[in-house]
Amino acid sequence: MTQYGFYFDSTRCTGCRTCEMACKDIKDLPASIAFRTVYDYEGGTFTVAEDGTCSTDAYAYHVSVSCNQCNEPACLAICPQEAISKDAETGIVTSDPAKCIGCGSCTTACPYGAPKVNEDLGKSVKCDACSARVAEGKNPICVDACPLRALEFGDIEELRAAHADGVAAIAPLPAADMTDPNLVILACPAAKEPDDETGFVANELEVEGSVD
Amino acid sequence: MTKNQATLPRRTFVKGSLAGLALAGAGSALYGCSGGDGASTDTATPEASIGAATPGTQPDTDSVHWSQCNVNCGGNCVFQWHSKDGKVVYMETDNTGDAALQARACLRGRSMRRWLNHPDRLTVPMKRVGKRGEGKFEEISWDEAIDTIAEKLKYTIDTYGNEAIYVNYATGMYSATGRQPGQRLLGLLGGYVNQGYDYSTHMLSAAMPYMYGSAANLDDDGNHVTLGKPATAFSPYDATNASSFSEAEANSDLVVMFGNSPAETRMGGANAVWDFARVREAVNGRGGRIINIDYRLNETSSGHPDEWLPIRPGTDAALVNAIAHEWIANGQVDKEFLDAYCVGYDEDTMPESARGQNKSYKDYIMGTGYDMVEKTPEWAAPITQVPADTIRALADEIASAEAPFIVQGWGPQRHTNGEDVCRAICMLPVLIGKIGLPGTNTGQREAEPSVYLVGSLPVKNPITTTLPVYQFINAIDHGHEMTATNAGIMGADKLASDIKFIWNYAGNCLTNQHGDINYTHEILIDESKCEFIVVWDTVMTDSAKYADILLPDAMRSEQMNMQTQGYSEYYTGVVVGTPAQEAPGECRSSYDVCADIADKFGLKDSFTEGKTHDDWVRELYEAGAEADGDMPTWDEIVEQGVYKRELAPAIGLEAFRTDPAENPLATPSGKIEIYSETLAEIANTWELAEDEAINPIPVFTPGFQGYGSVTEEYPLYCTGFHHKSRTHSSFGFIEELEKVARQQLWINPIDAEERGIEAGDIVSVVSPAGEIRIEAKVTPRIIPGTVAVPQGAWHNADMNGDRVDMGGCVNTLTTYKPTPLAKGNGPAHSMIVQVAKA
Repeated sequence: MTQYGFYFDSTRCTGCRTCEMACKDIKDLPASIAFRTVYDYEGGTFTVAEDGTCSTDAYAYHVSVSCNQCNEPACLAICPQEAISKDAETGIVTSDPAKCIGCGSCTTACPYGAPKVNEDLGKSVKCDACSARVAEGKNPICVDACPLRALEFGDIEELRAAHADGVAAIAPLPAADMTDPNLVILACPAAKEPDDETGFVANELEVEGSVD
Repeated sequence: MTKNQATLPRRTFVKGSLAGLALAGAGSALYGCSGGDGASTDTATPEASIGAATPGTQPDTDSVHWSQCNVNCGGNCVFQWHSKDGKVVYMETDNTGDAALQARACLRGRSMRRWLNHPDRLTVPMKRVGKRGEGKFEEISWDEAIDTIAEKLKYTIDTYGNEAIYVNYATGMYSATGRQPGQRLLGLLGGYVNQGYDYSTHMLSAAMPYMYGSAANLDDDGNHVTLGKPATAFSPYDATNASSFSEAEANSDLVVMFGNSPAETRMGGANAVWDFARVREAVNGRGGRIINIDYRLNETSSGHPDEWLPIRPGTDAALVNAIAHEWIANGQVDKEFLDAYCVGYDEDTMPESARGQNKSYKDYIMGTGYDMVEKTPEWAAPITQVPADTIRALADEIASAEAPFIVQGWGPQRHTNGEDVCRAICMLPVLIGKIGLPGTNTGQREAEPSVYLVGSLPVKNPITTTLPVYQFINAIDHGHEMTATNAGIMGADKLASDIKFIWNYAGNCLTNQHGDINYTHEILIDESKCEFIVVWDTVMTDSAKYADILLPDAMRSEQMNMQTQGYSEYYTGVVVGTPAQEAPGECRSSYDVCADIADKFGLKDSFTEGKTHDDWVRELYEAGAEADGDMPTWDEIVEQGVYKRELAPAIGLEAFRTDPAENPLATPSGKIEIYSETLAEIANTWELAEDEAINPIPVFTPGFQGYGSVTEEYPLYCTGFHHKSRTHSSFGFIEELEKVARQQLWINPIDAEERGIEAGDIVSVVSPAGEIRIEAKVTPRIIPGTVAVPQGAWHNADMNGDRVDMGGCVNTLTTYKPTPLAKGNGPAHSMIVQVAKA
């Protein structure tokens, strides 16, 4: 078995959302559903001196995250229909629409917010790591879309070996011990620990529900 | 609506999750597929949505077609459409060849299907039925549209002459055959007034030639008119006057950026954002550093906040002055270089006309110049908001670098004082002689490719009269009064006529992207001024509302298409594509329509030369391939879609540095003119208003609505910036993009708190020119005292009512006041405003 996973280079990510929009295009998702999401995390303050000059410790960085095809998928554990399974060959986690009743348990259980309920379909939908493309030897479309070459996909052990300085989580992601995600992150200089309390997700309105 | 939390709650499992965040404050509508108004989800077919729900499947397609992104980020990234039954289904981008040289489309390019298939596409020709600007139209036939345009052209030419016709600045369609057909047609009819400069580099394009060389000083063979040697003229769009980022990657140990954020202006995958990522890794890898001087912690420095040096917008020249002061005071300038290669640093190289009058750059900096003010770091600190010690450290750091790469974006020059700022920034490499050498740069923006593989549809305009593009509204209002010396008219002493006929193809600069929309509206709606406006577009832009005849254009992915690489990647290439789907309704290509208009004048054969649009594309390609020698055959390029190759790194002004006598600049002296006699002459002879100044040396001047101009009524500085959700105004109607990159006013928590504004609040922003409503992004990523509006949002106001712009277009706030020298759009980034909770 090859457990697939993602590598994300936060030193390169400019928060452009190209990964997210490439995914939305091939998966034909509406504005209200994203399988890959880009979080803007920022913090710090300005100090203004008497002469009007400024100093600052402000910071900002981005985290692009999709389903991490976890080893202990919270979505799978909570699904009352046993609709979610983890592929024995690839470790890719998928939801079977024939079994799914769209109850949304998985969407609340997943600490990454990866599964979404498509209300029109009454089904949970999620990133399947473009498994059909992967079966053809291609990358998930987000990986080949990144203008900064900040995403990689492959055997998670190989990715971890290739990026020995990688970490499993940075804020605002949850600590990796929750679900054992198959994710390697190269932390940028601004990156904070998962339990950081100095910053905030600056684009809540862009990562939550529909535009109104 | 949820508010930003100081921290994301860290609890166990569900509550501590991003899912919890995503759910906060949202009801079941959060996951609604249809989003309520249909328009937001128009392209999600039921079949495809089920496909998305079925893991392990791919969209069903039957063909692949190549195309490229044609909007004006300049990237021209590659599209690889997957179509089914003549309809695009999804896109891959460039996945050919070396992964490092793939012109990968950005988020906007990846959303092009939403544009192509948008229900708001214009699909039939229309004529105006309401008042001009109201946006009321009715469908007409192509015959009626073509007859009307031909009649109005005849009438305009007969009544006012060809110089009453103006092709408005427009960049929504970069293609070998996009905007050229209209210009070719009008050229055949006797011509039209030319565009001078552009909205991207208006001030810089006008001012830099006085320092680095002007084509006006070249003869027909490219030789200097007095020195007789081959000389170089300035252009912001070449690899002669600037070094490439690949040169910085190879050899620099310090990169200093002024108002340059490729992560927001050059977003494609073979574009400068990718080049810059490699620059950072290489420079950091050898112990060097990046410094990003900007009023925002921009996306280029996101992740790397230590690179950010916050500065008040429009004050870059003051910072430069203080650095220059430190270098002069500490003996760090390269006097040998300044004496050999430059004019006007100090008395030793002042031209005869200005000698002994304390007019040198050094006099200005050290307090013996015209203003008798010493430009110390303490002088600059309150102006720039940069502490004096930080300025001193910066001066030292640059002076200590072996190969500093000093580079300005086009933001600093897009201010009312931009003509001085762009030259001032170039003073940094000039003062220390770090120019024309490995790893250095000229202070200009990173180089653009020196090679273009194919040409475009030929255009010949017999008229030489040229109008600075930002002046078009004045030319409509009082063109007959505009001269070379009171309005910057070029190619003629004056305009021959007011502008009576506007040709506007694929552009939104009639209003949205021009400036001062409320004033511009008044001029445009007066049908006694500009008598006829024809607009071609794909959707109903704000500019399109001012059309008398509005024509629906076929998009490039709906016809045979060709375009070179964009103007900012350090490679050369070409994309040739066949239609990925049919154009909707009655959309036609501009080439075919212009051929029909030409026919009304008996000029169809002259226009087409017997060729179809597709014949022209092939001929242009084959001519380029023959000249190049390395390109694929026509059949091969149609099959493979894209051809590209890397270009060698370039060092700006290298030839001049190597041998200035043999390779002079096209300035009058052949040298870098820190002091420009020509500018001094212009300052003495042009008609200028009392608050306008043209300066022979690059000085700091606050500029109109610049530093020091804030008042009790308008206490904040305001500026615009390029936003990821749009290329200027292109893509500004795509809901999926707005969802992931919202139109928000950036405001520092200090300024927000004073006004009781919280993140997500809708605020009113009022300037002397108008009022917008916009959502607030309260963020420490912007310097206090300044707010910023992402430019390009679609103007949305009741122009017969309160004119409050609910769309948040920055040009509702800009005041129409052309700059002193360029007569350009400096007010685009120079505004004063008040902000309040709406």
